[in-house]
Amino acid sequence: MSTTAQSTAPTGRRGRTLGPVLLDVRGLSVDYLTTHGPVRACADVSLTLRRGEILGVAGESGSGKSTLVTALTRLQRPPAVTAAGSVEYRPVEGEPVDLVTLSERRLRRLRWRDLAIVMQSAMDCLNPVMRLGAQFVDVIREHDRSMSTRAAKARTAELLRMVGIPAERAASYPHELSGGMRQRSLIALALACDPALVVMDEPTTAVDVVMQRQILAQLVALQQTLHFAIVFVTHDLSLLLELADRIAVMYAGRIVEIGSAYDIYRSPRHPYTEGLRTAFPPLRAPVRRMTGIPGAPPDLADLPPGCAFAPRCRYATDDCTTAVPALRPVGAQHVACVRTEEADDAR
Amino acid sequence: MIGGILRSAKVRFGLALFGFFVLVAVVGPWVTGSLWGVSATAIDYHHLHAAPSALHPFGTTGTGQDVLAQLVVGARGSVAVGLSSGILATVLAALVGVTAGFLGGRADQVLTVLTNLFITMPSFAVILIVAGYVQGASWLVIAFLIGIFEWPGGARYLRAQTLMLRNHDSTVAARMLGENRRRLIVAEVMPHLTGIISAMFLRAVVAGIFAEAALDFLGIGSADTISWGTMISVAQDQNAIVRGYWWWFAPPGLCIALIGTATALVNFGLDEITNPRLRTANPAAVRRFERAARRRARTVREVAA
Amino acid sequence: MSEALVTAGTAPGGARTGGRVTRRLVAGRLRYLLRRLGFYLFTGWAAITMNFVLPRFMPGDPGDALLRGMQRQTGQVPTPEQIAAVRTFYGDPTHNLLAQYGRYWWDLAHLRLGTSLSQYPTPVSHLVGDALPWTMVLVGATTLLAWVLGTLLGAYMGWKPGNRFDSVFAPVTTFVHAIPPFWLSLLALYVFGFVLGWFPLSGGYDPSVPFRLNNVWFLLSVLKYGALPAMTLIFIGFNGWLFSMRNVMVTTVSEDYVQLARAKGLSPTRVLLKYAARNALLPNVTGLALAIGGVIGGVLLTEIVFTYPGMGYLLFQALQQHDFPVMQAIFLLITLTALAANFIADSLYALLDPRTKERG
Repeated sequence: MSTTAQSTAPTGRRGRTLGPVLLDVRGLSVDYLTTHGPVRACADVSLTLRRGEILGVAGESGSGKSTLVTALTRLQRPPAVTAAGSVEYRPVEGEPVDLVTLSERRLRRLRWRDLAIVMQSAMDCLNPVMRLGAQFVDVIREHDRSMSTRAAKARTAELLRMVGIPAERAASYPHELSGGMRQRSLIALALACDPALVVMDEPTTAVDVVMQRQILAQLVALQQTLHFAIVFVTHDLSLLLELADRIAVMYAGRIVEIGSAYDIYRSPRHPYTEGLRTAFPPLRAPVRRMTGIPGAPPDLADLPPGCAFAPRCRYATDDCTTAVPALRPVGAQHVACVRTEEADDAR
Repeated sequence: MIGGILRSAKVRFGLALFGFFVLVAVVGPWVTGSLWGVSATAIDYHHLHAAPSALHPFGTTGTGQDVLAQLVVGARGSVAVGLSSGILATVLAALVGVTAGFLGGRADQVLTVLTNLFITMPSFAVILIVAGYVQGASWLVIAFLIGIFEWPGGARYLRAQTLMLRNHDSTVAARMLGENRRRLIVAEVMPHLTGIISAMFLRAVVAGIFAEAALDFLGIGSADTISWGTMISVAQDQNAIVRGYWWWFAPPGLCIALIGTATALVNFGLDEITNPRLRTANPAAVRRFERAARRRARTVREVAA
Repeated sequence: MSEALVTAGTAPGGARTGGRVTRRLVAGRLRYLLRRLGFYLFTGWAAITMNFVLPRFMPGDPGDALLRGMQRQTGQVPTPEQIAAVRTFYGDPTHNLLAQYGRYWWDLAHLRLGTSLSQYPTPVSHLVGDALPWTMVLVGATTLLAWVLGTLLGAYMGWKPGNRFDSVFAPVTTFVHAIPPFWLSLLALYVFGFVLGWFPLSGGYDPSVPFRLNNVWFLLSVLKYGALPAMTLIFIGFNGWLFSMRNVMVTTVSEDYVQLARAKGLSPTRVLLKYAARNALLPNVTGLALAIGGVIGGVLLTEIVFTYPGMGYLLFQALQQHDFPVMQAIFLLITLTALAANFIADSLYALLDPRTKERG
């Protein structure tokens, strides 16, 4: 099925042409090894990402989206372990590498120059006892030993200015910055070594809505000039509808629907996506009646049989509980739902 | 919350160990004295400083007293001081800490300065100088002295916790409804603090046992009772070390160490529950997984080769 | 939108922002330290006053009881000097309390700590002066070494909690940490001094060697006699620091900034030292301050076990012989040392943590 996913036209929104495949994730599964046995937080996740593409990953808390982020970047800590699958990274030059099995030393060389990350809580992501500038300089010089401290400082000033922070702020400690500044400096930090891919985990949840708009606008502007690819993880589907080229919707550790942002917006196929779309008001649309999804996300340690969404699904039938539905092409996107397939067949 | 705490093996083991010593302190002297018929003070002139034997399982002291019997009676002495000082310290800590946290304002400021004052003063030195004046005091006075200097750490912690609870929605709501202060503290704040306070009490008991032993060792402890501390002190005075009577001074210290470990284990378990990040999540399973992964990688390489 | 933001960000701050921020930061830390200093001065005053008040408000007249006790012990009538020494510290019912308080401060300010009762007429300040260097060298060296060793090893243990090293040492440390220091000293003396005979059993130097600081043999004997107490003290202290550093470190390594440092591809050593350990160190510095009182207690008891000629042993003798002036002098010294150590730890903290002024 990923072959068909790759064959979609390599053009993103805003008329950008997308490059060749950068990241190819296949059958990625992440387990938490608890004392009561392993709990699968991410199950059989497959997706591809092209150079310069923005891939959105949406889901409620506990859907495995943050686990996916740490597994992609191999930042997970015990007891989380990657139980199966591969994350193939294809650099511009050189052989593709599997990030799951790559040695720690070689992975370290890829980090930040190829693969950067913006994490959720800006407050906690900066070392409280180091000046902001020093946290830029150390990573810049780590990956480019030939650069002098002076040059690294100049680069820091340039990066900060890129996100609208006065360069003098490099001398500040993190606690002296406002929440918005901290968040923007993290984005600037992620771009320090000109990475090919930036993974972002809820980068705007900690700031207010106005600041969120500003940061996202900046992000889009930067992405258009620097052409890095983004995996953008959030619980806010409406945000992704505006930002992303493609969107993957996750539920209980699995991708239940993946397709272009346009298709997901126009015709969500999975009942869960449908529910998510109506749960958040789009930012630029007339006010509409909101309907939430009844019930709560399932306990990953004790999943219902068959489709994990079935207990909350208003279309669920007995078929839904027999087997976990596979991701299949339905219309322009891929959907993991028995019922959608039937509806499509009937069409 | 209590059920959750008991699920930790560390806590269960710690509480069991602690309970064992309390049990020994309560019924032990009666068992050794009346059932077994050995007195802690009776002198066996035929076995002065004798090594452990069938007759005296833990040996005898330099003056021919049975070490096991002394150990059991000493448990009562040590635990009595520990418990009384622990109760006093915990009550004081709760009174000062909860009051300061709940009232806020000027009362809080005054109580906080008082707490900091007691924290900064080296309590051991203060106990020492006071105990020095009232040398040969009864165990109750010693317990009082220890308790009165052992509370400030707990008070500071409880104040912070109370401050947090005070701003809790349910408390704010109850205050809005015009509940009076005492009822608020008793009904809304205290129940949430029981877990913390009981852990604190346990710690204070052991701190009391430690302090009592140290005072005994300095020769200014309770003169009227046998405790683990006086045992070590007497052994030291009579040169038990340079004469090699290890069975005399080793057991009481070991008992103190064990009861200290018991509390440490309980605290460990509590910390792991209140601070989930301390949990070293199943290291054995992770190690097994990593080993299996390495083995898999090796097989793949061999197959490829 | 982003351009608007850039100008909005640069306009008000200008080039002076950085300097101003730094200056404000320094001022904040200084204010914090001054406030702490004020608090310690207050505590010091309280301790010294307590030392004055306690004997005067004890039931009965402790000074009188003491003089009678001395007479009983020595079989001689106390000399007028002895009576005056006792009265200065224990109160004279015939004198005005406020005048006594003034007199007490006046004597303290001139370091007149009174005369020892057990070694009459040696001034207390001489006894303390003889004992203090021994304790200073022993305690200074061992406390520092124990702190450095314990903190480093604790940082390593907490770096990967649950690894083999950690899972063996964590329970062992828990147990060792719970052992009363003086009993551990007894065991060390028994095992290494008595059974194995590697070290002398008591004293601080070889009494058969002339007591001179420029004598190499004397210095060597000091090392020989001090080795076992020093190692015992290091072991006791080291365990405590290891224990606390490990626990803080376990929490710190899961902090987001450590995760991000790893994501940045920095070398593991750099992540461990500059990001994790550097932050985990902060509570241990505060702990250092809070533990000083306990450390002194432990050291005193250890000295007694080894009959080491320091403050602990002096205190022990004073307690045995009811030598109250010496006891009081040592109490004041311990308290003031603890306060000074607290202030040093506070300053260190202010130096290490830029957020200090907010904690106040």
